[in-house]
Amino acid sequence: MTVGFVLLCHQSLGRAAQVAAHLAERDCPVVVHVDTRVSAADRGAFAEKLKGLANVRVISRQACEWGTWSIVQATLDAAGVMLRDFPGVGHVFLASGSCLPLRPVQALRDYLGQRPDTDFIESVTTEDVGWTVGGLDIERFTLRFPVSWRKHRRLFDTYVRLQRRVGFRRRIPQAITPHLGSQWWCLTRDTLAAILEADDRPEIDRYFRRVWIPDESYFQTLARRYARRIESRSLTLSKFDVHGRPHLFYDDHLQLLRRSDCFVARKIWPGAGALYTAFLSDDPGQGAHGEPNPGKIDRLFAKATERRVKGRTGLYMQSRFPRPDRVNARTAAPYAVLQGLDVLFADFEGWLSRLTGSRVHGRLFGAERAAFAGGEQVFNGGLSDSPILRDYNPQAFLANLIWNTRGERQIFQFAPQDNLAILPFVATDPQAYMAVVSGAWAIPLAMQAVRPDADFVALRREAALLQRQETEALDLLSQPTSKARLRHWSLVEFLERAQDHLQLVVDEISPGTARRLTDMPQMVDLTPLPQFLQALRNEGMQPVLAGDLGDLEALIQGGEKRGRLRVAK
Amino acid sequence: MAGDPASIDRLDILVFCTLRNEIARLPGFLAHHRALGVRRFLIVDNASTDGSADFLADQGDVILWRAEASYRLARFGMDWINHLLARYGQGHWCLTLDADERLVYPYWQTRPLSALTEWLESQGREAFGAMMLDLYPKGPLSAGGGLEWFDAGNYVIQRKPGLNCLWLQGGPRARAFFADKPRQAPTLTKIPLVRWHWRYAYHNATHSLLPPRLNAVYDKGELTSGLLLHDKFRPLVLDKSAEEKFRRAHFGRPEDFDPYYDSLIADPELWHPHSTRLTGSWRQLEALGLMSRGGWV
Repeated sequence: MTVGFVLLCHQSLGRAAQVAAHLAERDCPVVVHVDTRVSAADRGAFAEKLKGLANVRVISRQACEWGTWSIVQATLDAAGVMLRDFPGVGHVFLASGSCLPLRPVQALRDYLGQRPDTDFIESVTTEDVGWTVGGLDIERFTLRFPVSWRKHRRLFDTYVRLQRRVGFRRRIPQAITPHLGSQWWCLTRDTLAAILEADDRPEIDRYFRRVWIPDESYFQTLARRYARRIESRSLTLSKFDVHGRPHLFYDDHLQLLRRSDCFVARKIWPGAGALYTAFLSDDPGQGAHGEPNPGKIDRLFAKATERRVKGRTGLYMQSRFPRPDRVNARTAAPYAVLQGLDVLFADFEGWLSRLTGSRVHGRLFGAERAAFAGGEQVFNGGLSDSPILRDYNPQAFLANLIWNTRGERQIFQFAPQDNLAILPFVATDPQAYMAVVSGAWAIPLAMQAVRPDADFVALRREAALLQRQETEALDLLSQPTSKARLRHWSLVEFLERAQDHLQLVVDEISPGTARRLTDMPQMVDLTPLPQFLQALRNEGMQPVLAGDLGDLEALIQGGEKRGRLRVAK
Repeated sequence: MAGDPASIDRLDILVFCTLRNEIARLPGFLAHHRALGVRRFLIVDNASTDGSADFLADQGDVILWRAEASYRLARFGMDWINHLLARYGQGHWCLTLDADERLVYPYWQTRPLSALTEWLESQGREAFGAMMLDLYPKGPLSAGGGLEWFDAGNYVIQRKPGLNCLWLQGGPRARAFFADKPRQAPTLTKIPLVRWHWRYAYHNATHSLLPPRLNAVYDKGELTSGLLLHDKFRPLVLDKSAEEKFRRAHFGRPEDFDPYYDSLIADPELWHPHSTRLTGSWRQLEALGLMSRGGWV
């Protein structure tokens, strides 16, 4: 026994003729149905190419419109010719003119020869089908579809809605249970003959004429009536995009297709000359050639669909620009923003970098420059440390920084005098972690205040400004819409258990690396701070963000006595 | 005029270009796009004095017009291009380029442009975005090193609501020449490949089109996009900058560009330790997020 091919063709007839000849020359009878809308000249040229082959028939009876009965009718016509003219055919393989056999014909013949009673047809009940585009599954069988979906989409949808509203339902014939599946099948002679010669075929055909996309249900349903053994899968590899259109295969898919071990693939781009040359040969190529294994191709296409629909998280580029309020994560990877720690501890960045192995930047949003780790002027991806360039689009600056360093966690310092314009972006980014020791900005001011040449009026003005800015920043970060993780301590709260809080921060910014802090960073000298804050108060300002002044004083003095705070002198 | 527009086949992909004194770049420009499957080049030569016009007239696939009016008068050559597009572009996929731009896109080494345009049509798309990617050498420009370096991740994007388009800026020129006035940095948005209809027009160079729906070459996922490799920073850019500054050919306010030309004439080095080197594989550019295959597998 051999296998016969029914080929449905409507375009790139040159390629179809190549495939038909290849199959026929290897003792596979071929019946081609050429769409009647193909010009007579093209049909003539096609028939001419196959003229010398005795086991090829070319018919042209239907104008095949997508989604309609004409495709099933063309298949039935061609299958009838196949059964009538070629008694040696044990299996009939339905393919299109843009299909390409991937394995030598003999391999397919052997495979089917070992499974003489098996019908290979994807056939799934409407409840279990997961791939219908547009949500029509059982309704394909119970509604009417008199208008073309491709040409009059709006009218089609309206008519479907109308039928749903009035509760219209067609009666499904008793004899069948609707099943759906890929259009492309390989049926045994017996099953196909039973379908074609059924006594009630006129009635069945009349019903299916008005079913939506019957080429995905006619044979899939009827095979269930007659088959001895169904393997519910297609031997044809075919993939669809998000719009339900078939993907094309190109020359660069050669290895992928070869390794898939599938028998036939669809659709092949007509220009893919290397594929036609490679596969229309008797060379088995490499590979074990066992069961078809399209898993790798499935994953590749699933990934492509995800990239098309969702895109890469945190990437903003010419062909991906989601509205900021419509994305979940605004940047590509988790990062940490620390406020106040860099003024509380000496060489905090160096210490943290050594401890966590992360890249620890200085104040990226500082007024003088973007203080990249290591003092670089141009950072990954060509990011400049120019504050003007950065502030031209701070969101893009941060999104770029995180994107450019994928795979390596970024940590940077922030201060109330920095560009606050970035904070709404950070606050609404679930990738962001922010730890704030509020009131810490007073520490450097207090140190300046003890200098003999200190300008207290200027320092007081500066303090008032920073307090205002920090209040604004904390407001932004604690909005109900905020998605960033925020840790906030007043300076006093932090100092009360400095080591524990620092441990918490380290644990949270480098999860999975449980490290006990044995080597604490050096805390700066806080002795001038209470006096400075008191002086601010005396000048009429109310420093609130650092915490209670009395507690602070007790902590700084008591801390020294009890040795809880190691203070750098 | 040389070449016959009547020789254009209905299915040909066409390149449209205006140029002046590009003899050094033209062979590479033509060869690259021929290899992609471009069948006809419709070129306006704007009074070249370096033999560009004679060279072009000898090419079998170039249809050449010679123009003497100043570049500025014809709004940066766009009026000529829009005119040619309206006259000859109808129904064709048209690729509008400068002579220092080379189109690349996902799979470009293995799939010709017609594969791309068929894919775009299957997705219902009429226009294809390809950001301009400035290439530069290592070392000062005058040293003439290979143009194989670029900035991988310093591009900034704003939405322009009226035109429905994205405004892309950044790259080495913004970094090196416009660090104190980034708003004036060159626009890198490009929509060079369009299935033309006589009702369409380029609005602002090839940065944006009318009607505005054509500018929607992006969405919330990823659409398929390419890049125009910008082969500008060769040593001859130094001479050309001096000439262009003198000719003041830029539309808008030409004097805005004087500091830019001055920086270029000063022979800067654009390379830095974080520059990325072109590997030649489109996958590199896609992985960096500069272009995307979208749903095209």
